Amino acid sequence: MPDVSQDSSIQARCVGDAAIIYASDYLNKLSGERIERECKRQLESGRRALIINFRDTELVNSIGVSILVGVIDAVEQNTAQLIFADVNNHTAELFQMLGLTRHVSVVASEDEALLLVSEARP
Amino acid sequence: METTNQRLLHTFAALADLGEEIANTSDFEEMLRSSFHLLLGSVAIRRGAVAQYDRQLDRLRIVTSRGLEPAADTDIVMARDYARALATLGSSLTISDAHSEATRFVTENPKHFRSAEIQILLPLVVHERLIGVVLLGEKASGERFTEEDLATLSALARHIAVGINSHHLLGEVKRKAEENQRLYVGLRKIYKETVHAFAAAIDIKDRYTQGHSVRVGKYSEVIAREMGWSDDEVEGITIAGYLHDIGKLIVDLSVINSPERFSAKESKEMSRHPSAGYEILSPISHPYADIPLMARYHHERLDGNGYPDGLKGDQIPAGAKIVTLADSFDAMTTDRPYRKKLPLADVLEDFRVNTGTQFDPQVVCAFCRAFLKEIEGKKERRLLSLLNRNYDNVENVTPLLNQLLADFDGGAMAASVNN
Repeated sequence: MPDVSQDSSIQARCVGDAAIIYASDYLNKLSGERIERECKRQLESGRRALIINFRDTELVNSIGVSILVGVIDAVEQNTAQLIFADVNNHTAELFQMLGLTRHVSVVASEDEALLLVSEARP
Repeated sequence: METTNQRLLHTFAALADLGEEIANTSDFEEMLRSSFHLLLGSVAIRRGAVAQYDRQLDRLRIVTSRGLEPAADTDIVMARDYARALATLGSSLTISDAHSEATRFVTENPKHFRSAEIQILLPLVVHERLIGVVLLGEKASGERFTEEDLATLSALARHIAVGINSHHLLGEVKRKAEENQRLYVGLRKIYKETVHAFAAAIDIKDRYTQGHSVRVGKYSEVIAREMGWSDDEVEGITIAGYLHDIGKLIVDLSVINSPERFSAKESKEMSRHPSAGYEILSPISHPYADIPLMARYHHERLDGNGYPDGLKGDQIPAGAKIVTLADSFDAMTTDRPYRKKLPLADVLEDFRVNTGTQFDPQVVCAFCRAFLKEIEGKKERRLLSLLNRNYDNVENVTPLLNQLLADFDGGAMAASVNN
């Protein structure tokens, strides 16, 4: 899997028009800001679909939530698509409770996310 | 998990994280940015800002923001009455108040915020004084803010208020400390200038020893520095040198200016000056230790035959021993009404003969080392610049200085002499 991120501490790859960014085990200020930077970089380079894969993520704290809200804003301003994939139950409930799911599709796997991206394209 | 429990856990975690952020006093901007992120994330708010209130200028300054237009990054005028009203509202704020204050605030500042951007306003209050405000936009859920949300946000905002206030107080303490430091430096300067004036006054009274006090101060400084004293201690001994003869101010002018060697009566009168100097200097709060004692004991001798107290060896303060040598050196290297200055070789011979009885070997050796270093160009020429006015070929005394150092084993014999 070719890693396309410029930040060695974050993993990302591209599949067609979509960029897949892998969140770390604890989404806090440090790792959250890395994700935000990578998402903005991908949007600036023309990607119109971002998939954040939470397969390794155990916990998202309040700063992590705020940063994800910022990513939602950036994606909406770029009329792009944002999908959260492989989110554990606890985190999915948190996103649901805080209303993030109003702006983001939450799916079970990365494949499902890619399918969603391809369906959304004309 | 039940939503209420999950919400409580999320809030609790936010509070715990906030505690850590507030404790970060090294980077105020970062502390604020992270704390505000935490507050936004606690109920997933999309945009907002924290503004700090400046009581002196009646202005709010946006210190951190997220998702707002750049126009929000400028100062905002806030009337003092309005600030007072918000401070009063602080603890009893309801969701309705928070909404109506936000509306009022945005209406009064249309240049800075669009009405849709800000939905609630939380005053930041510490000790009933407005520290700033938190301005918050819509929730990611699109739902209206609830009293529960307000309770969470207010709890977090209180921590942020304390963080801002602590930073402000810390800044004030730092400013005051800097101001005190400036005052202290100024006072020290005035003190030194006053001491200089005193030294000049002392020396003017004695027409045969003009400049003596200042030179003794300078010689003492060179010796103390060579002995490894700290900058503060060196400054103190320099001042002590300037003031060591201040007691002469009470000695009769005819005695001081007598062209002959002193008679027994005149000697008695003259020997009052160390004690008199101590009396003059004691009531003054000097920034350096023991200055009055150095004036009192600068005619004491290691063998106990000095005056006024006949102290011996280690009973004499180290500073007084330095001033004693500096005083004697200047007395021997300048013309007096009853004799001409001595050749330098004779002065050093006097040191050799009287070291261990009158002079402390450590002090004599420090003087010799400093002198040699100046001759060899290893040190700034302080002694030489004072001596060169009266002596030619000063460097010729190098062998004598080396001999003195060898005789007294570089000052190592001091312990046996002093005890």
